[in-house]
Amino acid sequence: MSRLTEFGNDLYTGKRSFEFVGRRRIWFTVALVMIAVTLVGTVLRGGFSFGIEFSGGSEFQVANPNTLPDGSIDQTVAADAVLSVVPGATPRVSIVNNGDAVRIQTDQLEVSESNTIRSALAAAYGVDTTEVTSSFIGATWGNDITRAMLTALVVFLFFVAAIMALYFRTWKMSVAALVALAFDLAITAGVYGLLGFEVTPAAVIGFLTILGYSLYDTVVVFDKIRENTIEESGTRTFAEAINLAVNQTLVRSINTSIVALLPVGSILFIGAVLLGAGTLRDIALALFIGILVGTYSSIFIAAPIYALLRQNEALVRKKDKRATEARSTSGAVV
Amino acid sequence: MKKAWRSLAWLAVIVVGLTATLAGGVLFSTATWTPKLALDLEGGTQLILAPRLESGQTVSVEQLDQAVAIIRQRIDATGVSEAEINTQGAENIVVSIPGVPDDSTLERIQSSAKLEFRPVIFTDVATSSAINEPTPTPTPTDALGETATPTPELVATPTVSPTDASDPNWVTPALFDEYTNFDCATLAEAQTNVAPVGEPLITCEAGGGFKYILGPVEVAGETIADAQAGLQATSQGGSTGRWAVNITFNAEGTEQFAAVTERLFAFPESDPRNRFAIVLDGVVISAPTTNAIITDGRPEISGSFTQESAQILADQLKFGALPLGFEVQSSDTISATLGSTQLLNGLLAGIIGLALVVLYSFSQYRMLGSVILASLIIAGIITYLIIAILSWRQGYRLSLAGVAGLIVSIGITVDSFIVYFERIRDELRDGKSLTSAVEAGWRRGFRTILASDAVSFLAAVILFVLAVGNVKGFAFTLGVVTIVDIIVVSLFTHPMMQLAARSKFFGGGHPLSGLDPQALGAVYRGRAQFREPAAASSIKQQSSGREAAKRQTIAERKAAESAAALGKGKDS
Repeated sequence: MSRLTEFGNDLYTGKRSFEFVGRRRIWFTVALVMIAVTLVGTVLRGGFSFGIEFSGGSEFQVANPNTLPDGSIDQTVAADAVLSVVPGATPRVSIVNNGDAVRIQTDQLEVSESNTIRSALAAAYGVDTTEVTSSFIGATWGNDITRAMLTALVVFLFFVAAIMALYFRTWKMSVAALVALAFDLAITAGVYGLLGFEVTPAAVIGFLTILGYSLYDTVVVFDKIRENTIEESGTRTFAEAINLAVNQTLVRSINTSIVALLPVGSILFIGAVLLGAGTLRDIALALFIGILVGTYSSIFIAAPIYALLRQNEALVRKKDKRATEARSTSGAVV
Repeated sequence: MKKAWRSLAWLAVIVVGLTATLAGGVLFSTATWTPKLALDLEGGTQLILAPRLESGQTVSVEQLDQAVAIIRQRIDATGVSEAEINTQGAENIVVSIPGVPDDSTLERIQSSAKLEFRPVIFTDVATSSAINEPTPTPTPTDALGETATPTPELVATPTVSPTDASDPNWVTPALFDEYTNFDCATLAEAQTNVAPVGEPLITCEAGGGFKYILGPVEVAGETIADAQAGLQATSQGGSTGRWAVNITFNAEGTEQFAAVTERLFAFPESDPRNRFAIVLDGVVISAPTTNAIITDGRPEISGSFTQESAQILADQLKFGALPLGFEVQSSDTISATLGSTQLLNGLLAGIIGLALVVLYSFSQYRMLGSVILASLIIAGIITYLIIAILSWRQGYRLSLAGVAGLIVSIGITVDSFIVYFERIRDELRDGKSLTSAVEAGWRRGFRTILASDAVSFLAAVILFVLAVGNVKGFAFTLGVVTIVDIIVVSLFTHPMMQLAARSKFFGGGHPLSGLDPQALGAVYRGRAQFREPAAASSIKQQSSGREAAKRQTIAERKAAESAAALGKGKDS
């Protein structure tokens, strides 16, 4: 059997155990430091860099352009072509799609200007005008997406909190799960800000998927906690019962994260290496970060917070007291 | 055993049913074996149009639908086929056109449905080509009492300034020359036929029957408060059985219309100047004669209407009158080559991802990996069929975001199997036999799977309902896959495990089966009995009874009650 299976055995029996709940101060500190780093980093970098879908602008892509003798693509002719049509423009030229295409972004242009630029670019790169695509995005488009996204976020959080509270029969699990979710979103957004990744609508799709994934992951862990706190004997305190549950689902958490990361990672790899910027890469990037952070938060944040929220309940205290007494009398080792 | 086979039979019914539906669609309808692709994969242009609204103004669903219909008519008129026009969100319209539209098409799509009333100055039967057949039209002198000599430098500004909108002085030699050479066929082409409000307009009747020179706009379409098709009423209040369109103007329109009809009514009925033209988007949709001076702002247009044509005119008057202009909010052109590269790379990423997942599954679960692989294949087939059917029935189109959604869902699907297998292993660690471990693991695992999939599905539904554009396609595939996941795990993976548990290889706990009790730490006690691992030997007492009861579901509570009842029965 694989080493992970043995590891799983030890975790299941409690032979090996990580103090997820007991050392919560450490995990919370780590989380806060992560938030602080990404936040400060984002501010220092000057905020998020939004794609032209949010800021508005025009974009051109030339597919299969003529190359220079050394096989590279001359980027200056693109800028020249744009400037010949709109003298004051500030074109940003980049090579995308594994060197098979040139992308030129400019400020928002008139339709007639766009068409002239398309012909100019086609001439500059010796391709047919049909090989040159143009997009134009009004600045309000991004706002519309953002508004729709925020509405979706609020509605989703409301429903999911209600459903979890009903299913687990305690609102404290909902709160703990939502705190973990907030952490996931903050860190994912923070990484975007810190590293200066462009925020595009595709990245927003990625963020929204993290919502589902993060809670999905937390629900699996919480379901085990629910089970253990029902069946658990008197020898473990409430916090210990939670900790055992997290340990017992740890192999599942690791396996799930790896299995979820593999396809996302391959999109990210293919997207970044073969395609350059684009929908696939942007979705995958947000998801990749989100899944990593989501796994961390389910284990290191959601469960300890749940323990924290309930530790002062009379019922839990009584049980804990009994557990400690039972242990001191029987001498059982946990 | 029986149950397992029954589940598998149900699964077969679902797969065969879906396949038959799609096959039937392909044979007898318009379905295709492959799902239709969205614009970003197929190439084409997507325009997102937003209404130009005054502050505080809102758009009703009815108005938006009408706008979609008008835009569809306009695009159809340009000869572009397979255009898709949808509403998006509360006020946007998305137009997807294959290929790259030319400027005039763009212009035509954006221009607002402009409805205006112009007086007729001159009209004539349209000729199909004014250039090839010299027009046998009366010279301007006959019709307008004004001499116009067609010279190379035609006078383009009226020599005598016109006194009113019906004044023939609007017709300059240049205008008349333009009129003579105007071909009604060009109207159907991409050019939108517009003239400034204060200038005369040369146009034709929709369908091209008559050519007109129209005076400046006298009543704007916005002044129409309502338009209804109805049966014409006689003065006695009975019905004539003929259809007519009743217009209601607002105060401004009433005043203007009264002034117009007063002037037009003065012309004899044989004079074209007795008529006024209703112009929608530069084309005359109707040019009735004036039979009375209308002072109450409630004119009735009668003629040879059918119920249908009356309704169409009423709709055109009512909705075409909207002061709703659209502006292009975003325009995105994707070349077909770029689209197919994206699709190929997306599929490549999916295959690599899938292969890695399968490899990892085998490394972790040994031969159980084959159950994961088979489950994934079944899930893939069902998902593909559902998407192909939805693409046929609901017009769903697979976008790049949708492909990403599918790839991402591989992980979520496999997670269900992982949750289930880990539960089985937990039960084995507790010393259960494989057959009972499968059942116990299923009971617990399926609850977790349902709960977590519910969260995932909820996310998909909310995103689908509330989000726009690309996000919708992504949410849609995510939702479909979540449901397929539950179908597959309950109708395939679980029955397969039930069957496997009875096989020698898995049931016997072969080291490569992934379910070897010894490797799982369950200690053999002899004759199919395992000692419970030390630390897990929880004294199942009811010390935490209240916490337990609180966190129990109804089903669990019932199970506990019946178990207790059973226990009592045994004791007594």
